[in-house]
Amino acid sequence: MRRIEREDAVQITIEFEGQPVTAQEGDTVAAALLRAGQWTFRTTAVNGRARGPFCMMGVCFDCLVEIDGLANSQACMTNVQAGMRIKRQQGANDISLGAVADSDEGTAP
Amino acid sequence: MRDHYDIAIIGAGPAGMTAATVADKHGASVLLLDEQPEAGGQIYRAVGGQTIKDKNILGPDYYIGHELVSELDGSGVEYINGATVWQVSEDLEIGVSKDGAARLINADQVIIATGAQERPFPVPGWTLPGVMNAGGAQVLLKSSGVAVPDAVFIGTGPLLYMIAYQYLIAGVPIRAILDTTPPGNRLRAMAHLPGALGKLGALRKGQRWIKRLRAEGFPFIKEVEGIKLMGEDAVSGVEYRRRGQSWQIEANTVFLHQGIVPNVNLAMSAGCAHRWNEAQLCWHAKTDTWAESSIPGIAIAGDGGGIGGARAAELLGRIAGYGALHRLGRIDETERNRLAQPFRRAHANEMAIRPFLDAMFRPARQFRIPEDDSTTVCRCEEVSAGKVREAVDLGCLGPNQLKSFSRCGMGPCQGRFCGLTVNEIIADVRGVPAAEINAMRLRPPVKPLMLGELADLDLQPEQTARG
Repeated sequence: MRRIEREDAVQITIEFEGQPVTAQEGDTVAAALLRAGQWTFRTTAVNGRARGPFCMMGVCFDCLVEIDGLANSQACMTNVQAGMRIKRQQGANDISLGAVADSDEGTAP
Repeated sequence: MRDHYDIAIIGAGPAGMTAATVADKHGASVLLLDEQPEAGGQIYRAVGGQTIKDKNILGPDYYIGHELVSELDGSGVEYINGATVWQVSEDLEIGVSKDGAARLINADQVIIATGAQERPFPVPGWTLPGVMNAGGAQVLLKSSGVAVPDAVFIGTGPLLYMIAYQYLIAGVPIRAILDTTPPGNRLRAMAHLPGALGKLGALRKGQRWIKRLRAEGFPFIKEVEGIKLMGEDAVSGVEYRRRGQSWQIEANTVFLHQGIVPNVNLAMSAGCAHRWNEAQLCWHAKTDTWAESSIPGIAIAGDGGGIGGARAAELLGRIAGYGALHRLGRIDETERNRLAQPFRRAHANEMAIRPFLDAMFRPARQFRIPEDDSTTVCRCEEVSAGKVREAVDLGCLGPNQLKSFSRCGMGPCQGRFCGLTVNEIIADVRGVPAAEINAMRLRPPVKPLMLGELADLDLQPEQTARG
């Protein structure tokens, strides 16, 4: 990956899969991860195949990651912020039935 | 954001920006909503912000956008970035989300300026990490100054050559450019050359890029067919055919491009009538001479209403702005016509080159209708070309029925990267023209919305009742 010189360059640190990654302010999460050599952002919900950014303009939804706990976040549409914690999104999201049942506790059926 | 505006415009690319500033100049209250962090659209992306130091890399055509962004900055337009519009209804109500909060806004006139996206290029392996649209590569370059050395560029069309040329100027090596322009296109395009003569400069510029790429030793391989992208968990190489012979190249990065098509999802979901354009092989909204759609009060300006390029979009934005001002009663018919006339003439001039470009860079049939049944058509739901053909053999007549057969087109992208392919495969199997197959029916929300955002909407009782 090559960084063409920009007019400004404020360095910040974000976290990907628990590892620190250096990014520049104004980068999208997708751009920051690609610059760090990361191309696999998730595995698909249907067949578990690896995917990464494809359109870079918010159209294809292939760059979905978990950002600060929020799943299905479009990495190409989210700007980096210092300390942001990013994780790969693996397969389909689990909706834990236990969690749903817990939240219903105390309400009459 | 207020609850009501005279004019609401969706998309801050060239068309949306000019429509907004024109309307503002004539005293209308204008809301301009855009999904990206900065105004400019994809073509002038990041032009007003943190751009790369060496202005030669992106070239003078890019920096034209700076004037449009400055004009917007100096206006009274209420411009909102990072705002995702997920609905425009036929009674001109707009559903928009920003920072995780959704709201509904009403306008007396709506201009949809959602621009274009890249045409699907379904080949085996196009879903692998490391494979990206060429436009995506350009977004990386424009907004982050990031370039990927040793990529293989595959496809056809001015944007592909332009990005390769920008890489050359930036000093970033390219492994190969595989040009898929069908050799027969040139002859068919020549029939449209007389109309394009006024824009010879643009044609020469493209030729100059290719010449320079070849002169600098970038492998530029023409008449490429039978593309297959290899790899398991990431792309590792490209297989292709040329004049009956098979070739392979190693590659960790592949940039694809088969031209651009209108981004129709919002206009279609609003209910605007669309038509199939056989010359551009895509759907676009039916509009009148003021860019107004079949729904009164909704206009479609820019590439979203048919591909014309950035300059044409900028001009059509102004024309659509005057049209909306007239419908609002802000200017009379004579003034509208007088104000729009110079832009109309310039727009006609910009569009004169289109028939030539459409014919010259018409994508090959094999890259629109995949021959290999294992090719993924619907990236979201992972539906292959074979599955689509199987459904048609079982009696599926169109894209809407195909959803219940296969979930094709039902993922988060909402058919944006499979709709056109599905239309053409079904037409091909059934042996009818693509225009006779219905477009995939689109419904709001056209972009994913969190349940919490929907639940927090402050709906009035009559809005709830209307559902």
